[in-house]
Amino acid sequence: MSKLLVSPSPHIHSKDSTRSLMLDVVIALIPAVVCSVVFYGWQELLVLGVSVASCVLLEWAITKYMLKKPSTIGDLSAVVTGILLALNVPYTTPWWVVFVGAVVAVGVAKMTFGGLGQNIWNPALVGRVFLLVSFPTYMTTWSKPQGLFGVDAVSGPTPLGAIQEGLMQGSTVQELTSAYNYKDLLFANLGGSAGEVCALALLAGFVYLCCRKVIKPWITLSIFATVALVSLIFWGVNPARFTDPLFNLLTGGLVLGACFMATDYVTSPMSVKGGVVFGVGIGLLTVLIRYFGSYPEGVSFAILIMNSVVPLLNMWFKQKKFGRK
Amino acid sequence: MSKHTFSIGGVHPHDNKISRECAITPLPIAPTVYIGVSQHIGAPSVPCVAVGDKVKVGQVIAEPGGFVGAYIHSSVSGTVKSIAPRADLAGRASTHIEIAVEGDEWADGIDTTDTLITAIPEDPKAIIEKVKLGGVVGLGGATFPTHVKLSPPPGSKCERVIINGCECEPYLTSDFRTLLEKGEQVVVGAALLQKAMGGVPCTIAIEENKPEAIAHIREVIAKLGYKDMEVMVMKMMYPQGGEKQLIDAVMHRQVGSGALPISVGAVVQNVATALAVYEAVQKNKPIIDNSVTVTGECFPKQANLLVRVGTPLRYIIDYLGGVPEEAAKIISGGPMMGRAVANLDAATVKGTGALLFLTEKQTRRAPETHCIRCGKCADACPMGLEPFLLNKLAKNADWDACEANAAQDCIECGCCLYSCPAHIPLLDNIRVGKGFALSAIRARAAAAKAAAEAAKK
Repeated sequence: MSKLLVSPSPHIHSKDSTRSLMLDVVIALIPAVVCSVVFYGWQELLVLGVSVASCVLLEWAITKYMLKKPSTIGDLSAVVTGILLALNVPYTTPWWVVFVGAVVAVGVAKMTFGGLGQNIWNPALVGRVFLLVSFPTYMTTWSKPQGLFGVDAVSGPTPLGAIQEGLMQGSTVQELTSAYNYKDLLFANLGGSAGEVCALALLAGFVYLCCRKVIKPWITLSIFATVALVSLIFWGVNPARFTDPLFNLLTGGLVLGACFMATDYVTSPMSVKGGVVFGVGIGLLTVLIRYFGSYPEGVSFAILIMNSVVPLLNMWFKQKKFGRK
Repeated sequence: MSKHTFSIGGVHPHDNKISRECAITPLPIAPTVYIGVSQHIGAPSVPCVAVGDKVKVGQVIAEPGGFVGAYIHSSVSGTVKSIAPRADLAGRASTHIEIAVEGDEWADGIDTTDTLITAIPEDPKAIIEKVKLGGVVGLGGATFPTHVKLSPPPGSKCERVIINGCECEPYLTSDFRTLLEKGEQVVVGAALLQKAMGGVPCTIAIEENKPEAIAHIREVIAKLGYKDMEVMVMKMMYPQGGEKQLIDAVMHRQVGSGALPISVGAVVQNVATALAVYEAVQKNKPIIDNSVTVTGECFPKQANLLVRVGTPLRYIIDYLGGVPEEAAKIISGGPMMGRAVANLDAATVKGTGALLFLTEKQTRRAPETHCIRCGKCADACPMGLEPFLLNKLAKNADWDACEANAAQDCIECGCCLYSCPAHIPLLDNIRVGKGFALSAIRARAAAAKAAAEAAKK
């Protein structure tokens, strides 16, 4: 000891850092990643690799050459964005489309606003929606899972897409949903984005994040509850026109969105109350877009719309202060 | 065992009570002690001895400088060498009385035996007067003069005395050891406080990581046959020992912003204070010493020492083998709210509870990164504030907004900074905002008072 350090209290710090939290998110995504690779095969691995590598490299290049600041890739948030983006597109997406998605996600939605913590919208979702609008062919032609060692690639629409198309052709929901069984949806989805493949793997990751106290469950649970309740009402009124609650919960990336996208720290409200309102909003918008919108799928749009009102939610819903009314 | 805790926020640092087995042993008296006149919240005391005077242990050497003030007694016997400014542990100068030690002769009337005196005086006023004469101040950290706390303003009534034995700060064990070794005295001290407050019930709150103390105090209460006194087992949670948090946990009442605990009928005293009350009332022994935990993973010898007030820190540390090579920071108090020591020649005060040695690795702050809006600071804040917001407002020097968002309610517990994954120095900035908010509130109160007086004339 030569000199004494002097600084204000507290003198110790918890072990949490941005990096450790992001690492936990990555760990929580591992079951879903493994599942999607097993179900979709090496093509999914390529999508994941391109997505993660481009997100990280883009952030590194932007901080180094454009912002001329120390690199921030060590916080692992670019890795999380990369994985989420990959899980949000079909495994058949060409690598250059994935790269464009990464440019929009990291370059536009994240770094333009000043990097992690400054962005208004969830970067991976902005990337996904950009691709959905710009490259509808790649983004909506889904192939049935072929499996790591499988050969029978069958092209087809997602369950939600099939329902919407069928409805337009005059079929009833009962006829259309009879093609799917819920066990398949829970364990291995049919057509869809890689991340929609296995709801159970995603839920396992969600439980991990809650146990590690990385996130609180309220946002996710309020989304599930709202989706279930709202679709129960519609389905109860007209089961021929509207899909049932369980179908809505298990399809269209709702589980992925509710567990991993809506719970993104940066773009969700700070307080529990705000989070519940946020979740209810997402649930409501998702169901309404699915039932009445022109896109079969509503989770991404619902989350992005609710992301936009987070500053208001933060202002309106504050936690109760000690000893104050 | 049901466990109680406060309702908002809090964090769980590792408790690191590595000195819990160290019994309290007296530290040999230093050759020279330096007794400060500002050892408590309130007006500095006024020295009432002169250079060259001979003093005895327990003799008054400084008198209260105002209503919120305390007597200060000599902790040693010897000769007053000087009354002059001297640097405190932060390096700030204040008046200290330097006494060269000669022998260990105690002032008349102090009972130095170990006999437990359980007879409780009938008159509450007599108890409070003796507490005042004993120079007792709150030893839980704030060092607020105890006799003032025991004299509630007219119109308010105490409904419960709470003895704070939470010791929620990591590393500290002096209260734990006091409960174990001087449990009888603490319990009688608590009974004295009950009497002083008009015979109200008493709760002794102890955190669950001190099962021996919980069992021992329950035994003592049963043995002494006190009916209106109970031990409450608290969940391990920081800052459980914060006054407002403890009242919330024990009584489920929240003290309002800027209000005193008595406004909800509570009087909280720390374990060490209860012991000091016992000694002042039953033994006529003023606060001349206090137990200090000396600890830290890098410190080879853990200890709980009974240290005379005014002992230079360097003397204590040298007694235990000197400052270890790896120690980068020495803290007076716990790691969450303690103060970093800048000056090892500073002397202990009544409220010195611990000396903690931390290595650079343990205490180094990581570089600040962007806020990721995770809300962990808001979850951790036991006052329900929004540290991320106050941090921003304080950095923008928007003091009105700081006040509107209750920066003045901040208890500086450090939970926000402790839990921030982006390592933002939240509390450093919020302290500044709190300071400005408080001065604005005080200025308004003073202006209102002046206007009211002008109107009267």
